[in-house]
Amino acid sequence: MASTLSIHDWFNRKQEQKSAYSRERLDIPGNVWVKCFKCGQAIYAKDLEENSKVCPKCQYHFKLTSAERIRQLADKESFKEIDPNLTSKNFLNFTDSKSYTARIEDSILKSGLKDAIKTGLAKINGYDVALGIMDFSFMGGSMGSVVGEKIARLIETAIEHKYPVIIFSTSGGARMQESIMSLMQMAKTSAVLGRLRETGLPYISVLTDPTTGGVSASFAMLGDVNIAEPNALICFAGPRVIEQTIRQKLPAGFQRSEYLLEHGMLDIVVDRNLMKETLTKLLKFFKN
Amino acid sequence: MTQKIKRPLLAFEKPLVELYEKLEKLQEMSDSGKFDMTEEIKHMEKRIEAVRQQLYTSLNPSQVVQVARFIQRPTALDYFGLMFDDFVELHGDRNFGDDPAMVTGIATLDGRSVIVMGQQKGHSTKENLARNFGTAHPEGYRKALRLMRLAERYNKPIISLVDTPGAYPGIGAEERGQAEAIAKNLREMAELTVPFISVITGEGGSGGALGIGMGNKVLMLEFAIYSVISPEGCASILFRDAKRANEAAVAMKITAKDMLELGIIDEIVKEPLGAAHQDPKLAAKYLKSAIIKNLNPLLSLTARELIADRYNKYRKMGIFNE
Repeated sequence: MASTLSIHDWFNRKQEQKSAYSRERLDIPGNVWVKCFKCGQAIYAKDLEENSKVCPKCQYHFKLTSAERIRQLADKESFKEIDPNLTSKNFLNFTDSKSYTARIEDSILKSGLKDAIKTGLAKINGYDVALGIMDFSFMGGSMGSVVGEKIARLIETAIEHKYPVIIFSTSGGARMQESIMSLMQMAKTSAVLGRLRETGLPYISVLTDPTTGGVSASFAMLGDVNIAEPNALICFAGPRVIEQTIRQKLPAGFQRSEYLLEHGMLDIVVDRNLMKETLTKLLKFFKN
Repeated sequence: MTQKIKRPLLAFEKPLVELYEKLEKLQEMSDSGKFDMTEEIKHMEKRIEAVRQQLYTSLNPSQVVQVARFIQRPTALDYFGLMFDDFVELHGDRNFGDDPAMVTGIATLDGRSVIVMGQQKGHSTKENLARNFGTAHPEGYRKALRLMRLAERYNKPIISLVDTPGAYPGIGAEERGQAEAIAKNLREMAELTVPFISVITGEGGSGGALGIGMGNKVLMLEFAIYSVISPEGCASILFRDAKRANEAAVAMKITAKDMLELGIIDEIVKEPLGAAHQDPKLAAKYLKSAIIKNLNPLLSLTARELIADRYNKYRKMGIFNE
């Protein structure tokens, strides 16, 4: 039931945002102007890029690909990807309206990624880090065996090098096409984080829009410090499923970053333009 | 005396209905004292048993789902009572409240002190409402963690029984950190210094199930299910139609046999003929001996070895191309 909720909700949201999302995508390279999904403001594409893809008028944070995120955060050319070649396998021969094999192939073609996370070693303002960046454009950032394995290896690499770990999450939850094995990635990533903790190395989790279901209920909520970007949907069960279950209107701002901050679930909500600076302060704190 | 006959109640048990009616007639005749029907009754009972046997050896996944969710299926408290001596329920997470969907306590298993826990469903609508249908809130998971800590402090093995459609989806549950509560349990279970056995007894529903289910050994009852999402949920998202839950149940591979093949569980625990609800005592007896058998080798391991054992178990889960 649990992940049902968030994935279900993620799906609905995805449908809802599709037009806006493709508008973002379509307009940027071709046209010079981009319309803000939230406030409708027409933004000069170059200005949007320069403002880290944050609407200058309403601060709406556009979705970032993992490559964009790495460009914004890591010191120039410092990111060294690890395990770039892991790919998902249709080991259950899972087919819904389309086979999982075809879905994987399509997603690889469309996103230019091998799966929903990039992991590597990088420097942030000179500080060494093991960095994991999830990417929503690959099957909604869903976590299957590859995402779980890459996170586990990232953390093991961090332990080997004695580096702190930073993971940026964005995910609709567990990848249903891998069924029970996707659930087990929650156990795996959490177990490896337990080991990291034993070694005394810090873990900073950054939750971005959306972080739900099996990802929020495992590594994303386990940071020594939990950071979120503004107005990100962060939840275990998605809002629609909750509405269907309790048949009540949900409070304003429910399950958004600021709401979670208010309820004590996050350490800090950080605007994207201040993210690198904030991470640097934290890395400095842990290092000294 | 006429025994009260347990009528077949699940949809796929229909072939048994007619046989039961005949059996009842025979018993009526026998009870009237006019005829001696002993032989005929015996024969009919044997036949029912044979048909039941046949039905239950060839259940399809969606029929297994019906059995796993059946309201008469033994609950955590049923098993605690049947398997353990001196069970005392301990309540509360020492922080917010006491979650009736999660029961925890101390007990004796075969002369050994253990900490026990499990999601609790009801046997009636009223009980289910009181128990939230076995869907725990964050305080349920935190209560379970509190008991795990107690087990560590006094070096007692832990036994968890998993039976839930999932963790509760609601406003309070989200506000109090359902995701964080489950995530923390996962990390802490990996690091437990004491032997830990988990059993999927009924519905192993997603993160809400895993939240108390990361044992050194994971056992599963023959007609239990374990999945990342309910077949209905999967069908409504991926098949765009909740009514295609049967197909989803097949595609997702959710039965005990599937779990064993995928390396998710260590052992399938046999159920009595016609599933656990037909004979809860016998079901509990089978389960108890399976737990003891799996617990014994763990008792000689050190804390470090137990943690390593669990780490290795979960670390290697996953199938991908490299």
